[in-house]
Amino acid sequence: MAFAAFSSQAAPSTDPVARRRSPVALFLLLPGILYLVLFFLTPLVSLLLTSFQAPREFGDIGQFDYAFRWQNYVEVVTTYWPHIARSFGYALAATFFALLISYPLAYFIGVKARRWPLLQSLMLVLVIAPFFISFLLRTLAWKQLFSDESFVVQSLKALSLLGPEAHVTGTAFSVIFGLTYNFIPFMTLPLYTTLERLDLRYLEAGNDLYASPFHVFRKVTIPLSMPGIVAGTLLTFIPAAGDYINASRDFLGGTGTQMMGNVIEANFLVLQNFPAAAALSIILMTVILVIVSIYVKRSGTEDLL
Amino acid sequence: MMKSKPLPADPMIRQLIRQAQNAQMGRRTLLAGAGAGATALALAACSSGAAVKPTAAADTSATDKIIRWDNWALYVDVDDAGNYPTLDAFKAQTGISVKYTEAVDDNNSYYGKVKDQLALGQDIGADAVCLTDWMVSRMIRFGYTQELDHANIPNLANLLPSLQDVDFDPGRAMSVPWQGGFAGLAWNKEKYPQGLTSVEDLWAPELKGRVGVLSEMRDTMGLIMLDQGVDISGTWGEEEFTAAIDEFKKQVSDGQIRNIKGNSYKEDLANEDTLAAIVWSGDIVQLNAENGDKWGFVVPEKGGTLWNDNFVVPIGSPGKKNVEELINYYYDPAVAAEVAAYVNYITPVVGAKEAMLAIDPTLAEDPLIFPDEATLANAYVFRGLDGTEEQTFNAQFQAILLGAA
Repeated sequence: MAFAAFSSQAAPSTDPVARRRSPVALFLLLPGILYLVLFFLTPLVSLLLTSFQAPREFGDIGQFDYAFRWQNYVEVVTTYWPHIARSFGYALAATFFALLISYPLAYFIGVKARRWPLLQSLMLVLVIAPFFISFLLRTLAWKQLFSDESFVVQSLKALSLLGPEAHVTGTAFSVIFGLTYNFIPFMTLPLYTTLERLDLRYLEAGNDLYASPFHVFRKVTIPLSMPGIVAGTLLTFIPAAGDYINASRDFLGGTGTQMMGNVIEANFLVLQNFPAAAALSIILMTVILVIVSIYVKRSGTEDLL
Repeated sequence: MMKSKPLPADPMIRQLIRQAQNAQMGRRTLLAGAGAGATALALAACSSGAAVKPTAAADTSATDKIIRWDNWALYVDVDDAGNYPTLDAFKAQTGISVKYTEAVDDNNSYYGKVKDQLALGQDIGADAVCLTDWMVSRMIRFGYTQELDHANIPNLANLLPSLQDVDFDPGRAMSVPWQGGFAGLAWNKEKYPQGLTSVEDLWAPELKGRVGVLSEMRDTMGLIMLDQGVDISGTWGEEEFTAAIDEFKKQVSDGQIRNIKGNSYKEDLANEDTLAAIVWSGDIVQLNAENGDKWGFVVPEKGGTLWNDNFVVPIGSPGKKNVEELINYYYDPAVAAEVAAYVNYITPVVGAKEAMLAIDPTLAEDPLIFPDEATLANAYVFRGLDGTEEQTFNAQFQAILLGAA
């Protein structure tokens, strides 16, 4: 399992004290374990079992029996591979743009604004402020701003940046825009927490050694802020890949921009095809887990997890 | 398995790390045991969709004078103070209080929430629910509804004759209509003054990328099939449906149809993303009231769809007799008119139009609330689908909505 990648397995210890299990520790862990079993493990097992269900013979809509129908996985992948690819493509793009926007922002708040604590806290409040309004409402607001007769779209058309028949809502652009916008705070805050602790003397040392500002940034600032970058990108990429609000036809998406979350929703709620929805969920989780564990190993930040 | 990292030199920290690692091992074994337990539990529970039909709960209406009624938003009369005048009058008249909840947002998501309890015959927390024909059809097929005692509903004689016998519920044994409506065509009168008369008009080049249709399969496909000359209430089959799906797919992939939505299509009409659309009649009455008569509405000349939302009593409800009394109350023409004056949908109660003349004569003349004979004759009910048809047709329709064409 990929979980194993996160925990360094100890070689059998020869220390007799360490081998003895502390009952107190186990007792203290009990509520957490119970919670995990009840709300994580049980649903996960149920999901896995559902993903192998077979349609009942002469059954009605939504009637399935437990079986080992592995073809469910083949079917969803062959049918929905464009959505799977699109999900990860959009999530990757959104993570990239969110990082591009958030890094300078977090750098300004965490490093440049250190001299003015009031400004620093004010800007942090501004980053968090959108959370005070439901993100559904904010996404709907963007839909209005991007509507065909809106100021934004009409201006773009007047400047010939958009064709006369072009529109913004329901395109890949608006979905990636929505994802980026909605996850910027999740990218900014972890970046801020690492950059805020950045020891400026390292940068001075770099300058003293005749490194150009770019060189210092690349060789000193970026490596030191790596924990923030990894945490921020994970907090953005994982939920963005499974997001079904931004790409939904009711929000910023259209028929050509549906992501995996939308496919799972349609299969679960409308088509009552629970095995397909479950198989897609398992695929989504597995792919994310694999991508994340490779990423974490590569970036050398296992300590974060 | 990855190579273990060298432990730090500090003996105390070494000790701590070892302890943590051991605890982790403990957790893993524990989780494995729990996993086996969970598997057994999940297997013991019934599969998705029960094979045996559940049995109705015992009726306690005589002692529990309360009805829990789940309904759609803006679907009963409300006054400015947030009270429900007809429900208050019902309580004064019968002593039964009603807990009215706007719990139904969408047939599918409501069904998704309650289906497992229904399959086990449990109380879903509602004694009366109003759902659309096709969903009621499915629930009756599965045995999720209770049989109504018509002797307790004498006013049922006021039900419109055309709705007394429907294919999914012969003789209305399990369901009674609450309100109904048409799916038809609407257009923006300022931006598209030429208007629409048929579904074909939606495919005009000037409307490219500005057309919206409903994500409700029976309305969108029903209208296209009617346009292709199919009687959707009659005995059509896969061939007719596929012909309509092909047309629909072509219009979506050509970019003629821009949006395929549920209730939120109203926002697109309001912000003019769509200039012409397949819509529900009652919404246009409300939109025009809010935005100043901006949209025209027509039932296409080759026919529109007619749907109803129906009262059903879920199998686990102990309050069937109370609900029968509630239905009887709303089938009084005067009460039906009071509701119709607020919700602007089609009331299924004969005599409500005459009662409406006393409340608001202009509303009584509105053909969308009280359709004339000609309009009604041109409105068709989508025929009931069996389980297999429901699955294959839905799959074809959803495939286009998901863009996996």
